[in-house]
Amino acid sequence: MEPFKAHSGLVIPFNRANVDTDAVLPKQYLKMLGKTGYGDFLFDDERYLDPGDVDIPVSERRLDPDFILNQSPYDRGTVLLAGANFGCGSSREHAVWALHDFGIRVVLAPSFGDIFFSNCFNNGLLPVILAQPVIDRLFELARQPEEFALNVDLERCELSHGKDVWPFVVEPGRRDNLLSGLDDIGRTLAFGETIREYEARRLPLEPWIFR
Amino acid sequence: MASQTLYNKLWDRHLVAELADGSALLYVDRHLLHEVTSPQAFSGLRSAGRKPWRIGPNVAVPDHAVPTRWRELGVAGIADRVARIQVETLTDNCREFGIPLIELEDERQGIVHVVGPEQGLTLPGMTIVCGDSHTATHGAFATLAMGIGTSDVEHVLASQTLRTHRQKNMRVVFDGTLGFGVTPKDLILALIGRIGTAGGTGYAIEYAGETIRNMSMEGRMTVCNMSIEAGARAGMIAYDAVTEAYVRGRPHAPEGTEYADACRYWQTLHSDDYAVFDRDEHFPVSALVPQITWGTSPEMVVGIDGCVPESAGSDEATRASFKRTLDYMGLEPGQALKGLPVDKVFIGSCTNARMEDLRAVANLVKGQKVSRSIAQALIVPGSGQIRLQAEREGLDAIFQKAGFEWRSAGCSMCLGMNDDRLQAGERCASTSNRNFEGRQGKGGRTHLMSPLMAAAAALTGKLTDVREL
Repeated sequence: MEPFKAHSGLVIPFNRANVDTDAVLPKQYLKMLGKTGYGDFLFDDERYLDPGDVDIPVSERRLDPDFILNQSPYDRGTVLLAGANFGCGSSREHAVWALHDFGIRVVLAPSFGDIFFSNCFNNGLLPVILAQPVIDRLFELARQPEEFALNVDLERCELSHGKDVWPFVVEPGRRDNLLSGLDDIGRTLAFGETIREYEARRLPLEPWIFR
Repeated sequence: MASQTLYNKLWDRHLVAELADGSALLYVDRHLLHEVTSPQAFSGLRSAGRKPWRIGPNVAVPDHAVPTRWRELGVAGIADRVARIQVETLTDNCREFGIPLIELEDERQGIVHVVGPEQGLTLPGMTIVCGDSHTATHGAFATLAMGIGTSDVEHVLASQTLRTHRQKNMRVVFDGTLGFGVTPKDLILALIGRIGTAGGTGYAIEYAGETIRNMSMEGRMTVCNMSIEAGARAGMIAYDAVTEAYVRGRPHAPEGTEYADACRYWQTLHSDDYAVFDRDEHFPVSALVPQITWGTSPEMVVGIDGCVPESAGSDEATRASFKRTLDYMGLEPGQALKGLPVDKVFIGSCTNARMEDLRAVANLVKGQKVSRSIAQALIVPGSGQIRLQAEREGLDAIFQKAGFEWRSAGCSMCLGMNDDRLQAGERCASTSNRNFEGRQGKGGRTHLMSPLMAAAAALTGKLTDVREL
């Protein structure tokens, strides 16, 4: 995972509540075996006019010109500004892979689906929870005709645009994950002895668990 | 010791370490895997040269993308090349890493959340994870069961632990007796309608009260199953005699004196009398009517006598979202739901594909016919064991005589990863758990309801109050 320290990018205003992970990446692409190559299928049902599948080249499909990711400059956007409960529903990490593969590095929303939120931190994607008035203000700014870019500084936990600065909060462990880009598993296995000790304590209490 | 909630008891029992960064390592007793969310986890292990921490807690079963026909052909019966490769990859990965696999041809195969309890792989007091958001189903057995992403699947395989955060505690107390034609599915849909799809975010929900105590394990699983539709990763129910009777004698349940020891411990798996919850909801159910969703989120739900709302919210985003939902669903503001013609009926999924569901449907449709206006009425049992049991009871004959298609086990049209799906514009009476746009097929229109209500829709060809049949 590449470390995430700071990011500057164009904001994509996506003002809809309860965007579920089925919408972010429809089911037919869950048949793929890797973690990359999902970007072309991000929001597939809305992005293309005709149906798609793993075997159908996207070059042969018609883009829906009304969909925001097909419009300039948003097709170059990397900061997704979303409504409440973004990423609810299915646990599919493929939704995070698709956002990341498209180029999205930050998602701003008033709230997130719980599993999606955890999945982001394992893949170098920063989900930021902001108070509704801040979200409203950002949507206002993003609706101006001129391009609206945000600086996202994870070390200082701040968003900024010109002179405007909005602080945000990220749980420290998750922040460290992104800043270091370190593999969680390696860090956990450093507690290997502690895990073994736990197992030894628990075994006599519930031996049937250890069959 | 202070009064504890069930969730806190389970958390404390499985806590391996509290980490300096505020997260915790929680020990995982059971890890269920399937073909869709595991391949990248196995690849990750392989490229890092890691092995599973323990083999025993893991069990894999293909369910998501498998066809529900041609089961006798096994993997060769999967016509979709990409899906076939994915199921073969699960087989190869299990072989390479030594993970027990219930193969497609095995009569125990089925939806992972049906198979776990049925085989006794789900035991009270466990922590259970699976790369699937409906893992909360297992919480019906007084377990802490959670859906996880693929990175966490890899983490659990490698370390037998999950890096996670303690949730807040919510209790929902249901009082009263469910009326005629009203089922656990109606109860959970109504709760989601009341607290919203984000109402349980950040909480572990404990379902309690008289209604739950009087409910079968099948019903309790239906309730816990949809916790994620209320935003909660985990939902759970205290252990009692109903739990015990279900678990006893299951293939992987402990035996003999060990079983007696287990029962003694399991009896402690309830919230103490004075346990404090961060949020407490009371929900009387005696007046509850059969529920039906009208929109593209499970919270968009009303009683069968209800109508689509006239309007929604005052802000622009909410209004736009309401209009979008109605356009997608092909409905008007204020439109009555009863009498709306449906094209397809799907009875299945990890929410509602157990014996109790199938028996209730069979009772209703025996000697009747699926309406000629219905293009397809599918019944997909939750597991091969359920399929066999239903056939022993002659339910398959009742279904087929009535005009239902009787299929083999899998997730099927709940998410349409196989060839069971809706075409654009088709309206479906479905016993599954999600009515999201495109969930059952691009452009498909899903109405969530109980198996009884879906069966009633099959017979009349339209959304129907089952109590009036």
